[in-house]
Amino acid sequence: MTAPVLELRSISKEYYGNRVLKGVSLAVRPGTVHALVGENGAGKSTLMNLLFGMPVIRDTGGYQGEVVLDGRTVRFAAPEDAMAAGIGMVHQEFMLIPGFAVAENIKLNREPTRPNPLSRVAGRKLETIDRQRVGADARAALDRVGLSVEEWTLVAGLPVGHMQFVEIAREVDKQNLRLLIFDEPTAVLTEGEATQLLDVMKSLTSQGLGILFITHRLDEVLAVADDITVLRDGEVVAQLDPKTTTVVRIAELMVGRPAAVHVAGAADDRSSAPLVLEVEHLAVDMPGEEIQDVSLSLRKGEILGLAGLAGHGKIGIANGIMGLYPARGTLRKDGRPLPLNDPRAAIRAGLAFVSEDRRGVGILPDESIELNIALTAIEAQGRFLHPAPLEALRLLDGRAVRGHALEMIRALDIRCKGPAQHVRRLSGGNQQKVCLARAITLEPDTLLVSEPTRGIDVGAKERVIDILRGLNRDRGMTLLVTSSELAELRAICDRIAIVYRGRIAAVLPSDDSDARFGLAMAGEKLDG
Amino acid sequence: MAETTAAPHPSPLEGLREWIAEIGIPRVLIAAFLLLLFAIAVATHMDVASLLTDSLLRVGRNGLIVLALLPAVQGGVGLNFGLPLGILCGIVGCIVALNGAVTGFTGLLLSCAVATALAVPVGWGYGWLLNRTRGQEMMVGTYLGFATVSAMSIFWLVAPFHNPTLVWAIGGHGLRTTLTLSGVFDKVLDRLWSFQVLGVRIPTGTLLVFALAGLVVSLFFRTRAGITISAARSNPRFARAAGISDERTRIQATIFSTVLAAIGIVVFSQSYGFLQLYTAPLLMAFPAVACLLIGGASVQRATLTHVVIGTFLFQSILTVALPVTSQVIQGDISETARLIIQNGMILYALTRRGDR
Repeated sequence: MTAPVLELRSISKEYYGNRVLKGVSLAVRPGTVHALVGENGAGKSTLMNLLFGMPVIRDTGGYQGEVVLDGRTVRFAAPEDAMAAGIGMVHQEFMLIPGFAVAENIKLNREPTRPNPLSRVAGRKLETIDRQRVGADARAALDRVGLSVEEWTLVAGLPVGHMQFVEIAREVDKQNLRLLIFDEPTAVLTEGEATQLLDVMKSLTSQGLGILFITHRLDEVLAVADDITVLRDGEVVAQLDPKTTTVVRIAELMVGRPAAVHVAGAADDRSSAPLVLEVEHLAVDMPGEEIQDVSLSLRKGEILGLAGLAGHGKIGIANGIMGLYPARGTLRKDGRPLPLNDPRAAIRAGLAFVSEDRRGVGILPDESIELNIALTAIEAQGRFLHPAPLEALRLLDGRAVRGHALEMIRALDIRCKGPAQHVRRLSGGNQQKVCLARAITLEPDTLLVSEPTRGIDVGAKERVIDILRGLNRDRGMTLLVTSSELAELRAICDRIAIVYRGRIAAVLPSDDSDARFGLAMAGEKLDG
Repeated sequence: MAETTAAPHPSPLEGLREWIAEIGIPRVLIAAFLLLLFAIAVATHMDVASLLTDSLLRVGRNGLIVLALLPAVQGGVGLNFGLPLGILCGIVGCIVALNGAVTGFTGLLLSCAVATALAVPVGWGYGWLLNRTRGQEMMVGTYLGFATVSAMSIFWLVAPFHNPTLVWAIGGHGLRTTLTLSGVFDKVLDRLWSFQVLGVRIPTGTLLVFALAGLVVSLFFRTRAGITISAARSNPRFARAAGISDERTRIQATIFSTVLAAIGIVVFSQSYGFLQLYTAPLLMAFPAVACLLIGGASVQRATLTHVVIGTFLFQSILTVALPVTSQVIQGDISETARLIIQNGMILYALTRRGDR
C-alpha cells in the first residue's frame, strides 16, 4: 500500500473550553477521493481551517495531534504555508476577483513573467507579465477541469457553476499540488454541473492527486469516494468502504443513535385538538436554507419536530413563518389569516421565536440580561413601561424589568453574576436560556425554537430540553422545534417532519426506526 | 474552567494601570494636561477665576451641540459629521427672529421653533440618505455638510431678508458674514439667574438649558421609542426579529440629532453674541466630535457622562491654553494644540473601532 498523501493523527481542538474535535485520525491515499461526511457542527470546517493553517486556529490556542503531509509532520502558521506545501482548497464561497479575466484569476500572483530593463535594475517584482503564457496555462488548466469557457472572459458575468470550476482550475494549475480539498463544492451547482464535477474529481485523482471531499450529499459520496470517514460531534464514528455500505447506513451514522433511544411516550391522541398554526404552500427565500413548498399544521399542545440535513431548508420554515426572510404562501393562526413577512404581526398573534442564529439574531450582546429578556415584550407589546398620559412618554419601568429578570434567572437557572451582566459574557448555554426567557416573556401560545442546543455543553443541553418539555406540559404551549440533532427531537417530539430539498419528505412518529429516518433525510422514497 | 484568576492583592502599580485602562489613556493625558495648565496659571499669578468663568461659558455654549451627537451614536449612524445641517437650520431660525426684530426670550423661542420645524424634514432626508449609504455614514455626513454649507452660502446672498441690520450696508442685498445679536437675544440665557462664586461667574441659564436637554435625551432613551433605537443599533437583526425596522430607527435618531444641533447653535449664538454665516458652520462638527470622544465615547457607544466630561475637558483646554501659553512662551500655540487634540482624538477613536 502506498504511503498516504495526508495523514491526520489524533487531532484535537477546543474553542473556549468547548471541544470541537476529539482525536480525529484519517489518511488520504494518493490517487483517491476521501470523503468526509458529517452534519453541520460535526467539526468539518474546524478540521479544514486547521489543515489550511487559518489564523483562527492559532489565535484560539492551536491544536493537539499531528498533521503529516507526504511523510513530514507539518504545522502551518498561515494559509500561504499550506499552499506552498502543496495543499489546494476549493472554497464554499468563491475567492475570485470579479473584475479580472478567468485566466488572470487562475494565474493570480503566480504569473509567468519576462525580465525587462526596469526589472533588471529594480528586481523581479517588476518583470513584465507574459500574457500569452498566462492564457496558455489557464487554457490547459480549464481543459483539465472540462470547462470550455473562453479564458479571457471576465469572471464577473459567469454563472455560479462556472466560477466553481474556475476555482478548481486555479488550484489544479499549481505545479506542486499534492492534495486538493473540496469544501461542499456541489452546494451551489445544478445537478448536471455536480455530475460534471464528480467526473473532474475522478480524472484528477487518476493523475495522482489526493482529494479530500467534504459534503453532506450522500449519493455523491457513494458515486465518487474511495474511502469514507464519518464525523459526528468532533469524533470519527466510522470509516467505511463505499463498496460495502449504503446511503442509509451513512445517514444513520451521521445522525447518530443515542446511547439509549429515549423516545417520548406514546403521543397523546391530539387529532381532536384545535389547529393552532396552519402553513400552506410556504416558500421561503432564505439563502442556503431555501424552502420550496411546505404545508404543515400544528394542533394545540403538540410538539412537532423539523429535521433534515443542513442546506435542505429545515431552518427556513420557522424563519419564514416569523417573517424574518421573504416568504410566500398562506399562514393561519387559530383559523385567522396571518400576514407573511411581518414579524410584529406574528408576535402579536401569539407566536414567539428562538432563532438558530443565537449570536446574530438572538441576543443584544452588549446589553444587560434583564433588557435582553424584556426587550421584545417592551417593543411589540408595550409592557414593562410606566403609565403616562401619552404613549410616547411612557418610561421604562426598571423595577418591573429587574423583577421579571430575577424570576426568569431562577426559573431557567441562568448562571450569571446578576441581571445587569452583559449577555456577551455568558456561556452559550446561558445565552440560549436568555433567548428562551425572552420568548417566554412574550407569553406566546406557540413557540418556534430552532437549534435549541447547538453549541452548548451537555449539562445545559439537558436543561434546555427540560425547559421546553416543561413549557409544553405545564403551560400547554405548542412547540415547533427545528434541530440538526435527530436524537434530541425524538426525545421530545410527538411527530417529526423531515425536510429534503425544500419540501417535506415525510412526517414520521418519533419512535419510527433509525433506518426510515435516515432514508427520509437522504431523500429516498419511503414505502408505506 | 481555564479562566485566569486575578491576583488576590494587586500591587499599587497594577491598580493604577487598571484604573487608567478603565478611564482611557487619552482622557487621563488630557485631564493631566489641563491640570498642568491650571497649575501654571496659578504659579504665574494669573486670574484663575476669570479662566474658570470662561471655561464654564464655553461648556454651556458648546454643550448642546456635543449632546446632539449622542442620539446619532445611540441610533447606530455613528459620529454625526453632518451636524452643519442642523446648525444651518438653527441659523435660519435666528435670522427669522432677527429679521422680524423679535427680541429677548420671545426671539430665542421663535428661533428655536423655526429651527426645529426646519430640522425635522432636513433630518429625515439626511437619515434617508444615510440609510442608502450604510457603513459610510461619517464620510457621507462630512461631505453632505460641506456641500450644504456651500449651497447655503449662495442662499445667504439671495435670501429674502431685508432688515437693514442684516444686509450689507452698500447695495442692500445679501446677508452680512457676521450678525450681531446685541439688543436682540444676546446672552439672555447666560445672564438668567447668573451669580458669582469666588469671583467665578456662573452662566446659570445656559448651563440649565444644557442640563435640561441632557435630561430630555436620557429620558427619551428610556421610552419605548428610545429603547427601540438603541436595540436596533446594538443588533439590527435582533431588532428585525422583534418587528423593529432599523431603517426607521436610524432616521429617527438622525432627526433627533439634527434638531438638537439646530437648537444648539441658537443657544451657542446667544452666548457668543454673534451669528456667523457663510463658511463658519463648515468645520463645526469636528470640535464637537472631539469633545464627545475625549469624554470616552466610541463610534458605537456614547453616554451623557461622555458628553459632559468631554465638553468640559476640551473646552477648558481651549480657554486656558491661550493665556497660559502666551504667559510661558512667546507666541500662540493654542490653535495648534486645539487642532492636534481635536483631530488626534478623532483619529484615535476611529482606530479603536470595533473594540470592546
